[in-house]
Parts: sequence; structure tokens; C-alpha cells
Amino acid sequence: MNAYPLLSLAIWLPIIGGALVLLSGGENRLQLSRSLSLVISVATLLITLPLYQGFDSSTAAMQFQEIHPWIERFSVTYHLGIDGLSLPLILLTSFISVLVVVSSWANIATRVSEYLGAVLIMEGMMIGVFAALDAVLFYVFWEAMLIPMFLIIGIWGGPNRVYATIKFFLYTFLGSVLLLVALIYLYRQSGSFSLLDFHQVALDAEVQTLLFFAFLAAFAVKIPMWPVHTWLPDAHVEAPTGGSVILAAIMLKMGGYGFLRFNLPIVPDASQQWAGLMIGLSLIAVVYVGAVALVQKDMKKLIAYSSISHMGFVTLGIFLFSAHGLEGGMAQMVSHGFISAAMFLCVGVIYDRMHTRQIGDYGGVVNTMPVFAALMMFFVMANSGLPGTSGFIGEFLVILAAFDNSFWVALTVATSLVLGAAYNLWMYRRVIFGAVANDAVAALTDLNGRERFVLGVLAIAVLGLGVLPNPLFEIMHASVEALLDHVSKGKL
Amino acid sequence: MSDIKTICSIIAFAPLVGAILAGMGGRIIGRAGAHTVTIAGVGISCLLSIRLLMDLLATTATGEPVVYNETLYTWLESGGLTLQIGFLIDQLSATMMVVVTFVSLMVHVYTIGYMRDDPGYQRFFSYISLFTFAMLMLVMANNFVQLFFGWEGVGLVSYLLIGFWYTRDSAIFANMKAFLVNRVGDMGMVLGIAAVAYLFGSLDFATVFADPAAHSETTFQILNGEPWSAITVTCVLLFIGAMAKSAQFPLHVWLPDSMEGPTPISALIHAATMVTAGIFLLARTSPLFELSETALSFVMIIGAITALFMGFLGIVQNDIKRVIAYSTLSQLGYMTVALGASAYAAGIFHLTTHAFFKALLFLAAGSVIIAMHHEQDMRKMGGLRKYMPITYLTCLIGTLALVGFPGLAGFFSKDAIIEAVKYSELPGADFAYLAVLAGVFVTSLYSFRLLFLVFHGKERMDDHTREHLHETPLVVTGPLMALAVPSVVIGALAIEPMLFGNFFGDSIFVLPGHDVLQGLQSHWHGALQFALHGFTQIPFLLMLAGLAAAWVLYRQKPELPGLFTDKLAWLHRVLLNKYYLDDFNQTVFAGGLRGIGQFFWRIGDVALIDGLLVNGSARAVGAFAGVLRHIQTGYLYHYAFAMMIGLMVLMSMLWFVIQ
Repeated sequence: MNAYPLLSLAIWLPIIGGALVLLSGGENRLQLSRSLSLVISVATLLITLPLYQGFDSSTAAMQFQEIHPWIERFSVTYHLGIDGLSLPLILLTSFISVLVVVSSWANIATRVSEYLGAVLIMEGMMIGVFAALDAVLFYVFWEAMLIPMFLIIGIWGGPNRVYATIKFFLYTFLGSVLLLVALIYLYRQSGSFSLLDFHQVALDAEVQTLLFFAFLAAFAVKIPMWPVHTWLPDAHVEAPTGGSVILAAIMLKMGGYGFLRFNLPIVPDASQQWAGLMIGLSLIAVVYVGAVALVQKDMKKLIAYSSISHMGFVTLGIFLFSAHGLEGGMAQMVSHGFISAAMFLCVGVIYDRMHTRQIGDYGGVVNTMPVFAALMMFFVMANSGLPGTSGFIGEFLVILAAFDNSFWVALTVATSLVLGAAYNLWMYRRVIFGAVANDAVAALTDLNGRERFVLGVLAIAVLGLGVLPNPLFEIMHASVEALLDHVSKGKL
Repeated sequence: MSDIKTICSIIAFAPLVGAILAGMGGRIIGRAGAHTVTIAGVGISCLLSIRLLMDLLATTATGEPVVYNETLYTWLESGGLTLQIGFLIDQLSATMMVVVTFVSLMVHVYTIGYMRDDPGYQRFFSYISLFTFAMLMLVMANNFVQLFFGWEGVGLVSYLLIGFWYTRDSAIFANMKAFLVNRVGDMGMVLGIAAVAYLFGSLDFATVFADPAAHSETTFQILNGEPWSAITVTCVLLFIGAMAKSAQFPLHVWLPDSMEGPTPISALIHAATMVTAGIFLLARTSPLFELSETALSFVMIIGAITALFMGFLGIVQNDIKRVIAYSTLSQLGYMTVALGASAYAAGIFHLTTHAFFKALLFLAAGSVIIAMHHEQDMRKMGGLRKYMPITYLTCLIGTLALVGFPGLAGFFSKDAIIEAVKYSELPGADFAYLAVLAGVFVTSLYSFRLLFLVFHGKERMDDHTREHLHETPLVVTGPLMALAVPSVVIGALAIEPMLFGNFFGDSIFVLPGHDVLQGLQSHWHGALQFALHGFTQIPFLLMLAGLAAAWVLYRQKPELPGLFTDKLAWLHRVLLNKYYLDDFNQTVFAGGLRGIGQFFWRIGDVALIDGLLVNGSARAVGAFAGVLRHIQTGYLYHYAFAMMIGLMVLMSMLWFVIQ
């Protein structure tokens, strides 16, 4: 065990720091709130880096564990720990959070300290979700995280924000209730709330099926899978840029993480039994949602649908039960964290200037914002899965895995090469290319230093992961292998 | 030779460095700086590539052919699959490297003149250098993934360059079309790569090609019923990728539209290098294709269709660049036919000669376009011969090379293909033979039509343009002259080693039963004999017939073409509309996809899921609550009354239970 409780620090520093930022509020102390939140988010990022450096990639066992008694009567413990599946997502969270804080400096004008405080508190809770190894602790973070997000959309959101927040909250909350029932059942069976005990507890086939669908309800909504995906486009459209970034880059990944941490290890036999259903739903997500993305007129809606389509690769990869599929799904999650963040930030950049998200209101932006156009071109290509960018790795590995499963699954999922390029490039063409469409476009100014920094950092991340993906994969191998082994043995 | 890995890295990455400097530092280093760094980068690559090829040939001549297989780093390891970035340098890749870097260098120099007044000067140099980098990664790859990286990289730069003049609607339509059509091919390509990984457990060329025959009996169960040969499926999938990139029917539709881009890139990307990537892919994967006669037949038939029917379209075009574009399509068809007939060497040979003379023709067309103040309609040209002698002469050389005049580059490579197809015994070879023969006439007709319309006859331009007509500067004519030399001599010099010698060493694999070039070799008595013999052969007569037809139609009796188009109006319309393929794609695929998207969105998401399920259940809850609300009146005596009733009910139930 490590000398410092790094995981606890990574969770509680932003939460407590966020509370401090809240208290620091006041219209005349904007700069204080901004600087303080930047310092806290950077400090959190620095705390998570030693997790990577000290991580032993040769073992699938939990590392950096912290166990303290919490509610002894129900054998609930404060148990944290990470393996190769959670570490990449924690790093993603702390990395993206810094960019969200920086990008929110200018485009949030009201209640700045409250907004930044909510972002930081949410960051801590999200890290908590990825690090928790106790079901109650997990569930607390999982549910509590909804509150700051609910507020971010509901207070700083667009005109239809009330409908969107209620839809978002009810959708995710209803899914989570079944998760709670499942966790309590597992406690009765295993006698503890430890997730690691859940992984080992014997369960018969029928119970596994029930638990599988209880988990599915929670995680399918979160990631989201078709047909429980319609909350996401509405939430994105109404959310402020930073909210969209957190939602797309990190919160969706909790669904994928849930499948890996709950469905596969706790109910391995049911997971295999229902893999056909999951593959089918994933393919629908890729094709159906990809086609829907093609006809969107609102940029944020388009990117939201694109996210759902990309998450189809994640669920497909997970339920193919092969190393390519699982690691491809993980890589897709990390990559999508970068790319979707960049795409939403790109939309935010022009939204801040023109206050419209409608594709039809733009045209010829390249004439006035060439640097922005170049960066967005890069992200659009990454979002279409161009090799050399991170977007390619996950899709490629999942297609390889799908081919092992069936030619037709591979063919269906490969249509995203065409669909993805179609909706991305068509949007890019209508927004960026062409002659200057109107006076508002003619008056645009190119990226400022802060925007250049944020998008530039993300471009480096996308390119870096695309060219050198192996360090990410080295972290995952042992955990993925152990998980696949566990699933193939089953519990029956 | 010193450290081969370093040399390969310099060859591949020097253009990248140039591209980054010109692209990101374009404002700092200025115009001269941008073309200096990029030309320096590509120049270094070109010199080193030539030296590498010469070294390889020297070692091949002395004995065992040398192959350099160098690994740079491990890109990815997952599930037993190790993917590395590295270089495979054999005679095949070295030939491609020389072709790519030499043409690229010429185009770089030419661009100084062509793009002189364009505000996007630095951006253009950055793109073409980036293209050179991606193309080199493609041909130097020692594995399928890196090849695919280069494959998509050149596709990206092609997209950027077709849409270089991004304010033109036609350009930004054409570039999206090009990318999407190529993506359709990429679907096949990715699935083909997945099939290779599935069969061989590796994507490394050396491992996969070590013993592919071990899998010749493996089958895929794709549809219920007959199992499909795994190798055939893999090859057809890979070929679908090649069909898009090398513009084979029916995935060729993007190439004519790509002429929206500036002319230098039409020469570099859409004639000499990128479009030959598919040809290269098939030559590289020859050990797989050799195992499947079905796939080879398929390749040959698609190539034959492209060679003949795309040639027809060249006859009716009036845009000078589009004529050459259709000519490129047709010539790519020839190369594909050669691959299908297992004459990979002949295919690569034609690729090489074609790269030089087609780049020459495009750059000559560009020279004409500059002189004509960016007018591309041949009906407004004519008689340019006396204003632009160098352009005319070089263009004439290019034309003669293209139509296969005996002795020039195209003659050797095209005749080799025609002969090779004659010896092929695969199903479809007869059709292919007729198609490539007829194609000679068609090629000759559209090529001389272009030459006569542009350089001979009446001067049809307006007075203002005529007054300013003059030969283009040396940065433009220089590359023309430099490309004219190989367009004349490369065929005669290279035919013997490339087709019959040990030029390609082990880089191309041909089964003994498929070796059609063997048949050709038995009649081989040297290049001079072959050329002289060519004067008595059918292709030469067909070429003459095409020349005569063009002479009559466009010099002697210029009223005749009009008569033809009147009499055969339906045929003319079909050709002008490019067999209606564009309309078909636009309606069925583009329109259909949007229709499906609208349907899923409006009916699936908005009406069913959101309307019925989500908001419906919300409404149901609301309605239910509305009913319940009537009970909660807020009057104390209502509640007290309900309590009393309830108490009475409970007590009577208790009473009954006790009883």
C-alpha cells in the first residue's frame, strides 16, 4: 500500500476545494474563484499522475487500496482501489476537468463560483465512482454526482433546460433504483458490500438474469444504449459547454465502466447468455443512431447522437468477450473522452460568438477563423476514426473482435466508417466551408489564447494516443485477461 | 549502406517536417520559406529513395535479393496481436518510393509557378508535403495497419486539396464525395484486414505471406449453405478498398469530380501516386491473391470494365482536365486488368510509366490553363501550338506515350498488359482482352481529340486572352521537360528488368501456373525488336485508327461530331451523364440514407421513444395523479370520514376472522 492515500486525496481535494470555491463566491471576487478552481483542478491532476507512475501493470489485483470501516453494522466499508480498467478513466477525469475549468473562465458569466464549485465537486465524485470498491460507497457517489450535473444544466442551461434536466434526472434515477435493489440483494447473498466479494459470490442462472437486467437498467441509460438514449441529446443541447464536456467525456463512460465492473464479473453467465441482445442493441446504436445524426440541424444534437453511436462500439466490444473487444472498448472510451470534449468545445467556441447552434446559421467560418477551422478539421477527422488519431484504435479493434464473432456483425459495425464520415464531414462542410454566409460570420474573430490552449492540448492528446497507444494498453492487459478468464469460468 | 533504419526514417519523415514547418510556421517563414523547406524535404527523400533503389538493384544483381524489414516501435499489443510500425523495403516499395518522391518533387517545383498568386500558397505546400509523407508511409509499410494509416492519410490530404478553394460549392461538394466514396471502399479494406488478422493472427506482411497456402482450404460460413473460401473473401474485401482508392467501376465516381482541386494535385494525387495505391496494394498482397482464381477473375473483369467504359466518357468531355481524368480512370483499369491476369509486374510497370506521362499531361494541361487565365473549356482554345511550343512538344510526347506509340514508355507497358491478358486462362480473360484492345482505339481517339482541340486548328479564345498568350515560366516548363524524358525512355529501359529480369526479386509472388509473362518472355528479343515488332501489331493499327478518326472529326470535318451527337443523341446523353451513376448514387444512397435518418429520428426517437414511452409515461403518471388528487381534498372532515369508514371495515374483517 502506498504511503499517501492518493485515491482519497483525488476524491476529496476537489470536493472540499469545490466547497471552498463556492464559499469564495461574490461578484467582485471572480478572479479568486477562477484561480482557486484552476489550482485545485491542476492539483488533482497532479495527484492522479503518481497513480499511473506507481501502477503495477503486471497484476490484475486492486492497487492503491484504502480500507476503513464505515458502517460496521451492515459491513459497509470505505474501500477504494484501482485496476487497469479504472485507472485510465480516473486519469481521463482529472485531465478533462482541468480543461473544463479553463474553458469555463470566460463563457460562464453568472454565478461563476457556484458553477466552478459544482464542476469540482462533480470531479471528485466521478473519481469516487471509478475508485470505489464498496457498493454503498459506489452508489453514493453514483447518485450524488447527478446533483451537480442537474444544477449545471438547470441553472446555466439553455431555454428548454427544465424539460431536459427532469428528463435527465428521471431517466438516470429510474435506472439507478434497480441498481440499488440489485446491490442490496447481493449484500444479502454475500454478507458484505464489497464489490470484490460480489465478484466471487455464487449465483444461480435465474438470479443472474434478474441482476443482469437490474444492472443493465442503470448502465444502459448512462452510456446510453438505444432505446434509452433520448435523454442525452436533450441534455446536451441545453447544457452549457462545460456541462456537455463533462457529460460526454466522463459521465457516459460510467455506463461502460459499470458493465465491466458489475455485469461481467458479478453475473458472468447471464452476461454471456444475453450477449446476443447486447450485440444487437449495440449494432442498432451504431447504425440507427448514426443515421439519425446525419439529419440533425443542431450541432450539439449531432455530436450527442454521434456519441451514442460511438458508445455502441464500447458495448459491442465489451459483449464480444475477447481481448480485442474489451481493450478496444476501453480505448474507445478514453478516445471518445478526448474527442467528444474537443467537439463540444469547438461548438462552444462558435456558440459563444454567434449564440446559435443551428448548422444553417453558419457557413464559411474558415474565412474568418482559419486556426479554429484547422483544429476542428482535425477533431472531425478523429471523430470519423481516422488512423493516426485516437478515434481509430477502438473502432479498429472492435471491428477485429467483431470479425471473430461473425462476418455480419463486423460488416454492420463497419458501416460507421461511412456513416461517421458522412455526418461529421457534412456538418463541417456546412458550418466551416463555403463563402461567408452572413454578416455575423463575417464579424467572427479567431481563437483567443485560452481557446487555443484548450483545443491544442486536446489535439495533442488525440494525436498522442493515436500514435502511441501502447502505454494505455499495457495498463489494461492484466485486468482484461483476468476479467475474461473470470467470465469464461462462470459461476454455475 | 549505413544504418538503413535511419535512412528510411529520413525518407519518410523529411516531408512531414517540411509539411509541419510550412503549415504551422507558414506566416513566419513566408512564401519562399514554405516552398524551400518542403522542396528540401521532398528532395532529400527523392535522392535517398533513388540511392536505396540502386543499392537494392546492385545487391540483387550480385546474388540473393536483399529485403530490409525494419521495426521502428510497437504501436499496439492486444489479444495476441502485435502491431508494429516499421518499414519493408524491397524492390516493389523502393520503385514506388522513387516514383512518388520524383513526381512529388516535380509537382513541388511546378507549384511555385502555378500557385504564385494564390493566398493559400503555404497551406498548399504544407498539404502536398503531408501527402508525400502519407504516401511514403503507405508504400514503405511492413504491415497492414500502417498501410491503412497511409491509405487514410492520403485520402485526408486528397480531401483537403480537392476542397482547397473552399469557397467554391463544387469543390466542397467534390471533396466530400471523394472522401465518402473512399470510405465505402475502406469498409471493405478494414474488413479485409480483419479477415487477415483472423486467419493469420498477424498483420505483419512477412508473417502473413510466409505460408498463406496453409489457409487455402479454410472457409467462412457467410450465408447459410455453401462455405466460402476464406482467401477469396479476404482478397475481394481488400480489392473493394483498392477499387475506391484506384477509382475502379463502380467506385470511380469521385475521381472526375476531384478535378475541382488545383492542377498540380490532379497530377500528383489523382493521376500519378495516390490512385495507384490500390494497384500497389494488390501487388503487395500478391501471395494472397494468387491463391484465389475467383478473386483474380473478379479483379480482371472490374479492371476491363473500367478500362473500356471510362475511356468512352473521355471522348465527350470538354473540360481539358476531365478528359485526362477519364483517361486516368481507363489506364487504372489497364493496371487492374494486369493484376487480375497475375501480371503484377506489368501492372506496376504500367503504373510507373503512367505516373510519368500522366503527370506530364496534367502539368501540361495546367500550363495551358495558366496561359488561358484559368479557362479549362477546350472549345475556347485552339491553335495554342505556336504560342506555347514547349508545352505543346511535351504534351505531344505525353500523348504519344499514353496512346502507346511504339518505342515510347506507354507502348511497352500497355502492350505488355495486352499480351499478358492474351495468355491468361482465367474466366473473363477473353472479355478483358477485347476490352483492353478496344480501349487502345478509344484512348487514341480522346487523346488526339484533346491535342487537336487545344493546340491545333482555329484560335477560338477571345481577343483579350489571345493577346496575353505566351509560354509559361521556367518553373512550369522545367518540370514538363524533366517529366518528358522518362516518358520517352523509361519503358525501353525498364521493360526487360521489370518484366523478365529479377527486378522485383521476391517482392511479388506469382504461382507458376499463372505466370503469363512467361509466355511473353518466350518471344522476347530485346526492347528494340519489341518496338519494331509493335509497328505491325493490332494495337498499333487501332491506335492509328483512333488518330485518324480524331484527325477527321476534329481537324478535317469539325461539323461531323455535331452530326453524330444529333443522330445518336441518346448515346451522347448517356455518356454526358456518365451512365447516370452519379444521379443513381445521389438519389439512392445519399437520398436514401438521409431518408432513413429522418425516419429513424422522426418516427423512432421523436414519436415512439420520446412521444409514446417517455412523455407518454410522464403523461400517464400525470393523469393518474390527477385522479388521485380528487381524493386529497384537504378538508379535515373528509379524511376523518374516510378514517372512520376504514376503521369500520377493518373491525368487521377482524370480527369475521375471529368467528
